[in-house]
Amino acid sequence: MTKAMTGAKMVVQALIDQGVDTVFGYPGGAVLPIYDEIFQQNSIKHVLVRHEQGAVHAAEGYARSTGKPGVALVTSGPGATNAVTGLTDALMDSIPIVVLTGQVPTFMIGSDAFQECDTVGITRPCTKHNWLVKETDKLAPTLHEAFHIATSGRPGPVVIDIPKDVQFATGTYTEARQVETHYNPQVKGDMEMITELAAAMEKAKRPLFYTGGGVINSGPAASQLLRELIAATGFPITSTLMGLGCYPASGDNWLGMLGMHGLYEANMAMHDCDLMINIGARFDDRITGRLDAFSPGSTKAHIDIDASSINKVIKVDIPILGDVAHVLEDLLNVWKSRGRKTDKENVQKWWHQINDWKKVDCLAFKQETKVIKPQYALARLEELTKKHDRYITTEVGQHQMWAAQYLGFEDPNRWMTSGGLGTMGYGFPASIGVQMGHPDALVINVAGEASWLMNMQELGTAMQYNLPVKQFILNNERLGMVRQWQELLHGERYSSSWSESLPDFVKLAEAFGAKGIICDNPDDLDDAIMEMLHHDGPVLFDCLVEKHENCFPMIPSGKPHNEMILGENADTANAIQAGGAVMV
Amino acid sequence: MSPLKIKKGATSHSAYDLRPTFSDKEERHTLAVLVENEPGVLSRVIGLFAGRGYNIDSLTVAEVDHLGHRSRITIVTSGTPQIIVQIKAQLGRIVDVHKVNDLTVEGPSVERELALFKVTGTGNDRIEAIRLADIFRASVVDSTLESFVFEITGTPEKIDAFAELMRPLGLEEIARTGVAALSRGAVA
Ligand SMILES: Cc1ncc(C[n+]2csc(CCOP(=O)(O)OP(=O)(O)O)c2C)c(N)n1
Ligand SMILES: [Mg+2]
Repeated sequence: MTKAMTGAKMVVQALIDQGVDTVFGYPGGAVLPIYDEIFQQNSIKHVLVRHEQGAVHAAEGYARSTGKPGVALVTSGPGATNAVTGLTDALMDSIPIVVLTGQVPTFMIGSDAFQECDTVGITRPCTKHNWLVKETDKLAPTLHEAFHIATSGRPGPVVIDIPKDVQFATGTYTEARQVETHYNPQVKGDMEMITELAAAMEKAKRPLFYTGGGVINSGPAASQLLRELIAATGFPITSTLMGLGCYPASGDNWLGMLGMHGLYEANMAMHDCDLMINIGARFDDRITGRLDAFSPGSTKAHIDIDASSINKVIKVDIPILGDVAHVLEDLLNVWKSRGRKTDKENVQKWWHQINDWKKVDCLAFKQETKVIKPQYALARLEELTKKHDRYITTEVGQHQMWAAQYLGFEDPNRWMTSGGLGTMGYGFPASIGVQMGHPDALVINVAGEASWLMNMQELGTAMQYNLPVKQFILNNERLGMVRQWQELLHGERYSSSWSESLPDFVKLAEAFGAKGIICDNPDDLDDAIMEMLHHDGPVLFDCLVEKHENCFPMIPSGKPHNEMILGENADTANAIQAGGAVMV
Repeated sequence: MSPLKIKKGATSHSAYDLRPTFSDKEERHTLAVLVENEPGVLSRVIGLFAGRGYNIDSLTVAEVDHLGHRSRITIVTSGTPQIIVQIKAQLGRIVDVHKVNDLTVEGPSVERELALFKVTGTGNDRIEAIRLADIFRASVVDSTLESFVFEITGTPEKIDAFAELMRPLGLEEIARTGVAALSRGAVA
């Protein structure tokens, strides 16, 4: 069935056909025809953000928490350039989003027209794919293909740039099932390799699962299969920042997050294991530390949907190209059919070793004074909210790492953080996107005061749509993570790492009509958190914390995993040496 | 699941050796990249090389199948074996790329490049230039009393050798097309 309609109507029709219920956007001259169509329908809800960066992060938050692609709509020129940070963020973390940008009419392209920019040129390196659609007839097929590409294979952001005359003109609408595509990434893994991995698992004395965002991206079935596999083998599991929630934090085999600010036991296990099974992680530099000293004695298996992630930085012995859920299903079947064998005795010894490492209790802290420690604030937040089916977003900095360390995640899609790009300003708009996807859930953004200010305008959005997002700001009046590096690496010269001239956050909240809470005393903290939880509406929680707390454990850059700095008493004087200093 | 129809014969990019043995020695590889003939596709390929710091020694591109909407990009690149594998995998990620063939490792192949040489001079140098051109099977495509333009086809090494010989004989300018390459035998 083909139908004639305008390009603008096609956009709305295609979104409806793709099952989209929410669009985050900001209007302007080059998208007015699309906004006019949005006005005349009720299937899709449009959320008016306050800055286009907010629209893209909100779409990311929606996507990460629902597993469905997020959609943003922005105008040409400045609308499109404001979207670039969000696109890059989504590319780095493999988040499926579809961003529609308006463009000047085709006959004006290239003339430096008002609000013209080369959107496909600018976004080419920060999207998985992008299109400039110059004919109305091609609009619907392009939109359908865009959703296919954003969500299949390794997911990622796509941009469709739509000139205004294409929106006005009438053309033929094509339905999704009529659209042909050649993009068809391999999802099934090679059975020979999978069998080889099963055999390696049978022989392993010190095995370790190292999981990442690929497990989450593969969908809930992947997490389910992973849990089965862990239960069946009894092997320990650690995860990257991006993979938190793929295995429950309360699970018996959980070692906690690994990496630069990962747990002692997780990093030590990574260093000493003899079989590393990487599932959907990419050997990021926050994980590996010094490459030549990274897990030196292990056989390495790597399951990934993206061939370019395999052997990119770490040479692996058992490469398996495929989708995590598909490969895990086959792996479980093969392993079971071979008799569910493991080297019980040696794996038992390995657990003894791991349990010794756990005794170091690397996350211990002392809340002794009248000043709230950030760790204490998060430990209390965890205690008071863990019974909720809770969604956490974060900004970027020390608070983000503490959140990853002190909050526990039982299920996938509950943890939204900017991992690859490390984008300050991500968390607040992301929390808005999450809340749109889960209207009744408890959504908390764990923020630093500096990051939060980067997209604070979105308080207007939260108010307008009555989104009860809780902004839990660990206010150390510092760009804490920068300050920490300056302490460790730059002779305590704190160059521009003070958060000067901070607003009164309570008054700021009130200026938008939201609720503000301030707390500076550990004795009042529980009550204040409960007050935040009980308030039905957006809350800005200004939690004044210890200003000079450092985030540990820490693997200094340029160091291997077994040279972690553990806690406050550690000798940090020469923690980072010349070779490591050039790294970020 | 995608509601789209997957085209018959559509390949997932799995033509790479995922288990190569790596050395640190730089190698020169000729890659044939079959792409959708879309605006921006060349920019994606070049942007990939620039953005990730890979070398391009030579690059040619032209439409090879008008109806099928396909272009062929031939890239000569160099790097360690690990980098070469990475380049192929990164090319394979580009949505508009249909196929990546490494002609250097996938059996024997032929490589040709065309070049134009402008050589000026009189007297003995001029006679020597035309004599060498004859030996290299270069043909004269333009001539004045004090200049020639030679056309030469061959492997890049042959063209390099010809350039070396022409340099002392009044070589003014060279225009090279870059490498075109195909695998030998009946199979594409
Ligand atoms: C957009 C952006 N600019 C700069 C940085 C570098 N940066 C990383 S953490 C950080 C400080 C963050 O301060 P705050 O939000 O208060 O968090 P804290 O570390 O104090 O918990 C900075 C400036 C960044 N990650 N993102
Ligand atoms: Mg701070």
